[in-house]
Amino acid sequence: MTAVPSTSSNAQNPEHPQNPQNIVIVGNGQAGIQLVDSLRKEGYTGAITVIGEETHFPYQRPPLSKDFMAADKEPKPLPLRAEKFFTDNDVDSRLGVRVTSIDRAGHTVSLSDGSSIGYTTLVLATGAANRELNVPGSGLEGIYGLRTLADAEAVHARLDTVRSVVVIGAGFIGLEFAAAARKRGLDVTVLEYADRPMARALSPVMGNWFAQAHRNLGVNLRLGEGIASFIGDGSGQGNDGQASERGHVAAAVSTTGETYPADMVLVGIGVIPRTELAEQAGLSVSNGITVDSAMRTDDEDIYALGDCANYPSHHAEARTRLESVQNATDQARHTAKSILDTHDGGRDYTELPWFWSTQGDLRLQIAGIAHPDDETVLRGNPDGGKFSVFCFRSGRLVAVESVNQPADHMAARRLLAQERTLTPEQAADLDFDFKAYSKAAAAGV
Amino acid sequence: MAKVSFHHNDGNVDVLDVDPGTSLMRAAVTNGVAGIVGECGGQAMCATCHVYVRPEYLDGLPEISEDEEEMLECTADPRDEDRSRLGCQIKAGEGLDEIEVDVPASQI
Repeated sequence: MTAVPSTSSNAQNPEHPQNPQNIVIVGNGQAGIQLVDSLRKEGYTGAITVIGEETHFPYQRPPLSKDFMAADKEPKPLPLRAEKFFTDNDVDSRLGVRVTSIDRAGHTVSLSDGSSIGYTTLVLATGAANRELNVPGSGLEGIYGLRTLADAEAVHARLDTVRSVVVIGAGFIGLEFAAAARKRGLDVTVLEYADRPMARALSPVMGNWFAQAHRNLGVNLRLGEGIASFIGDGSGQGNDGQASERGHVAAAVSTTGETYPADMVLVGIGVIPRTELAEQAGLSVSNGITVDSAMRTDDEDIYALGDCANYPSHHAEARTRLESVQNATDQARHTAKSILDTHDGGRDYTELPWFWSTQGDLRLQIAGIAHPDDETVLRGNPDGGKFSVFCFRSGRLVAVESVNQPADHMAARRLLAQERTLTPEQAADLDFDFKAYSKAAAAGV
Repeated sequence: MAKVSFHHNDGNVDVLDVDPGTSLMRAAVTNGVAGIVGECGGQAMCATCHVYVRPEYLDGLPEISEDEEEMLECTADPRDEDRSRLGCQIKAGEGLDEIEVDVPASQI
């Protein structure tokens, strides 16, 4: 008997001749794995191949800069799904291989192990890569990034052996790490080129509050001071006093000429979306892989989502690229429906963005997307460490940032998801029951 | 080791032996217990590890924090005022050598 080639999908679903038979997902992070889950939940029974370049089973990244660093013993990663999920769901999970190119005409991808895989639908969930420092001394040992489990294990293994750490960049990762390192009793200096921490993501009032909060924890937070170079310990070279790329880091020199001792350095200066495959394949790329509101690229058989995707954001009213768990998982659920054509509502992705960051005992929660020039109103008392910043644009509520105030955060998520607003006066008035107001709005009152 | 039992609507039970101090969410996700997601990694941000604790174990539980309280108002399946908890906030073996929970029908 001769082998029968897999027949067209028409036999399976005559209404959808495009019904995909082999969905190939590049990337096994939060977005890629949620997509696998959602495709099966939507009833897709065809083949799924998911390709991850790390050798580890898929795991959750957010705890790596938080709980993982705070752990005393050897911490364990939290899997995104158990191994049996992949066998139970008949998923071809490839670990430790990279996709090296996409052949759009031939509908195949080539892998770093020399093999190739055919696809009917291709999904790019390639995430982002850490932006790298390029100052003198950046090649010294003891200078780390923090993105992968391997990074986190290397950093954690050093924490018991070092006295002073220098963090480059006061973003979420840098400050989460700084707070965890302080909790372990280490001397921590944070160098930040901007005039306030988390400047890209937070309102000035909240950013400035966090600056003071970290100083209260004992962090030496240096604002308006970037990294100029690193000085090595002179090992492995004739030490001529100049920065070198050999040996181990001993100190960091800032752009204002200050020198800070450093047994280790953590670099957290943002990320760059992984768009190289898309670019090679001739797909449209602009701060991420360009997709429409159904998460489809300009090739109708290729989708992109999560950290690597630039999509038309309903709530930001602009093209946006976000790096968050919520963005990855909600876009994955949406993409599954787009691929399978099972949207019961519209094809437009409209989920409200939300974020969180845990910095020591400080719990920051953000609903919506703030701009630095939004009008801001305080609710609660910042001195008490429990308050929210309500951000208004043209008189309409667009975002709420909360510290240790989860009730405000959840109420804001409900209200903003309904595209409802309140007045700045109501926001500031603690006698105004924000929670009840948001619940009524969500119930359609 | 501490013993954790996850009861499913179809009558199946997943019984796990876990290291003391392991959260119910981590135990479930690591072992592939259906119906427990843990999307936020145990930060009480997402309510996808909602469980109904069986009454005989309620006394041994830690108090509900402000964070957990807010998330419990947003569970996909209805909250049970007595029995609903987030699996990420309950650690096996801490006051509870054994615990049994029911897994809700949906988490999202």
